[in-house]
Amino acid sequence: MRALMFGWEFPPHILGGLGTASYGLTKGMSLQPDMDITFVMPKPWGDEDRSFLQLIGAGNTPIVWRDVNFDDVKNRIGKYMDPQLYYDLRDHIYADFSYYPINDLGCIEFSGRYPNNLLEEINNYSIVAGVIARTIDLDIIHSHDWLTYPAGIHAKQVTGKPLVIHVHATDFDRSRGKVNPTVYGIEKDGMDQADHIITVSNLTRNTVIEKYNQDPRKVTTVHNAVEPMTTEVAAIQSKKGTEDKVVTFLGRITMQKGPEYFVEAAAKVLSKTNNVRFVMAGNGDMMNKMIRLAAQRGISDRFHFTGFMKGTQVYEILKSSDVYVMPSVSEPFGISPLEAMQCGVPTIISKQSGCSEILDNAVKIDYWDIEAMADAMYSIITYSSMSKYLQEEGKKEVDGITWEKAGWNVRSIYNQVLNK
Amino acid sequence: MKTICFYFQIHQPFRLKRYRFFDIGADTYYYDDFANEEIIRGVAHRTYFPANALLLDMIKEYNGKFKVAFSLSGIVLEQMEMYVPEAVEQLKELAKTGCVEFLAETYNHSLASIGDPKEFERQVNLHRNKIKDLFGQVPTVFRNTELIYSDEIAPLVAKMGFKAMLVEGAKHVLGWKSPNYLYSSATAHRLNLLTRNMKFSDDISYRFSNYNWSEYPLVADKLVNWIASTPGSEQLINIFLNYDVLGSLQQAETGIFEFFRAVPRFALAKGISFSTPSEVSDTLKSVGQLVVPYPCSWAGEEKDVSSWLGNVMQQEALKKLYDISEKVQLVKDRRILQDWNYLQASDHFNYMSTKHFPGPSVFSPYESAYDAFNNYMNVLSDFISRVHGQFPEGVGVEELNSLMTVINNQEKKIEDLEKQLEKYGSPSTKVSKEEKSVSVKKM
Repeated sequence: MRALMFGWEFPPHILGGLGTASYGLTKGMSLQPDMDITFVMPKPWGDEDRSFLQLIGAGNTPIVWRDVNFDDVKNRIGKYMDPQLYYDLRDHIYADFSYYPINDLGCIEFSGRYPNNLLEEINNYSIVAGVIARTIDLDIIHSHDWLTYPAGIHAKQVTGKPLVIHVHATDFDRSRGKVNPTVYGIEKDGMDQADHIITVSNLTRNTVIEKYNQDPRKVTTVHNAVEPMTTEVAAIQSKKGTEDKVVTFLGRITMQKGPEYFVEAAAKVLSKTNNVRFVMAGNGDMMNKMIRLAAQRGISDRFHFTGFMKGTQVYEILKSSDVYVMPSVSEPFGISPLEAMQCGVPTIISKQSGCSEILDNAVKIDYWDIEAMADAMYSIITYSSMSKYLQEEGKKEVDGITWEKAGWNVRSIYNQVLNK
Repeated sequence: MKTICFYFQIHQPFRLKRYRFFDIGADTYYYDDFANEEIIRGVAHRTYFPANALLLDMIKEYNGKFKVAFSLSGIVLEQMEMYVPEAVEQLKELAKTGCVEFLAETYNHSLASIGDPKEFERQVNLHRNKIKDLFGQVPTVFRNTELIYSDEIAPLVAKMGFKAMLVEGAKHVLGWKSPNYLYSSATAHRLNLLTRNMKFSDDISYRFSNYNWSEYPLVADKLVNWIASTPGSEQLINIFLNYDVLGSLQQAETGIFEFFRAVPRFALAKGISFSTPSEVSDTLKSVGQLVVPYPCSWAGEEKDVSSWLGNVMQQEALKKLYDISEKVQLVKDRRILQDWNYLQASDHFNYMSTKHFPGPSVFSPYESAYDAFNNYMNVLSDFISRVHGQFPEGVGVEELNSLMTVINNQEKKIEDLEKQLEKYGSPSTKVSKEEKSVSVKKM
């Protein structure tokens, strides 16, 4: 089975959960003996793990024929992909794009992030997808999230092979209901043209069915999983330098993540006890507002903002925490609670998150119920048996949630689509 | 001749209201009155009223040949008195017939037999008095909360003067033995044990209305035939049920009431009689001893105490509760003592069980085990601080005990001293004695 996947992010250079999920899923699927994955992303950095799949950078794919010698190509893109592939791709240029802003290799430059001209980048990505789809032998096309739906559709039109789209989030999650019509249009178009839709939770599945008018028979949930901790990560020690208990929020400080509920709950807990500190780790457009809110509630001396966290810093924070809270207003899945549980941190998650569908050993609350949230925080830091139970059972539970299983679920969807 | 021993458990806890941690120290009322009233009224209408009336009818109809036994926890009796006093009146009627035996148990349906032997004894006495006041009987047979039993509990029960106790006929208790005999305890030889016949009891409790059961429908003559066809030497069939089986767990529409009404007719026709536990204990002889090193109960598949003490949260909650026990025994405040009773109900611990994931346990009013634990621990924290608030800080229990003794005995001590004074005294000292006595009392 040869799958051509279109993604946007791939570790180690990631900006959100999409990259983590793409990596976990492809790695899990690569354990299937007859699985052959080609993963396309806008801009590889060269340090990605390519041991289990073939990685193609859209920014290294020519769309205009340029006569370049092999050594040149090898120097320029050798660390991203096999130079021979460049020539194979070059043989499949299908139209005249010479009016495009291209470099001397005939490629379009991609930022690989979420720039202001994102829509243009998405369009360019889809142009490149046409070249790749003509070059690579494939049985099925798999697009991760709306940014890559146009590319998937294009590939489907070129090859006539079935398209599976993977909904990691919808615009309803990101915007708390105030959707951007352009984004909605791209999402809806992708779903309409897909042969099957994979959602990361039943929560998202319902959104896809109700808000995008999809046939329920065409939509299947495959819950995300979590990669086992690497030995490096497992060796990271807690950096906690205080006797106080630490309650942590970790993620983008945006409307979707419900940071204000965390601050309000913190204020309630601090009104009763003072042996606790709150940490809001991450960055986002609501950060300043949150700093003001904490000051307004008079808890700034015990409420700390760390700014953006990356790489191992994330685990340092997690391992220094006594409670991890994810009060997301709408979270399609949410891998970070699983990571917290791997580190043995008792976790509170909102019922409006996809991961709450599969987790038992976490406390679940409604995101708006700050009383319940505060109560759960208080209990975990006060009653030692509860935190002990959640630590041990939570770790046990999350160790059983593997990408390999998720990979097989995706595989059975492939089989179903291909047998149709 | 075979005999059937029917026994019913009646119990409802005082459920706790939503008690957040910021209520600690601010709110000393812990109970969800609305839910408690609604539930007890519901059960009363579905079960207590019709079932009591049915049993009374049957006893009259068979002229004393039909007998049953009850155990009611003290806290369900309190709730009945509050919300459905008619049910208590019916039970009094039943008591008057002489065909109904009331068993003793812990007043609070508590786990004190595992956690705190001293408190266990206090509760059993409290319960015994309550039963005597209401029904004019002094119980002689004991049944522990949810049929919890172990070799350690038996001597405690025997010491309080009970002649028999009810036990689950679980596989790990009986092994190859049949439940249809009278046994006695290995650690308290004079304590007889009545073992529940799991098959027949569960046929009625769980399978009665199950269409998928190969024996469905269960009708009275079928049950009686099964009982009659047990080996001839097996003379005792213990059918122990939750009273809620009549009308609540098995709803009236399933025909459970008619089924019960018909049982004695078929049984008596086959020469099978009915007995109360104390009659059984008096007439039959124990055929052997049961060794039960680990506590067993009638709960779940495991028939052990894991429903209440299966995870670390439950264990911590129970430990915290009984850690304060010694101090509570010195408290005089009636509200604190009342809360002490209500908070011990085993139900609170059952709600914290994680055996039923992803859902909460069957009767739990909470969404999850964590929720139940949170709420209970918040209430318990407040309760503990109230108990501590009764005494000056930093005074140990032993010291407190001796101080309490001094206070309790002060009258007697003063009298003694006065007598001594009189003995040695002259008229002049007599006057000063009066003064002295007054000044002492003022202290």
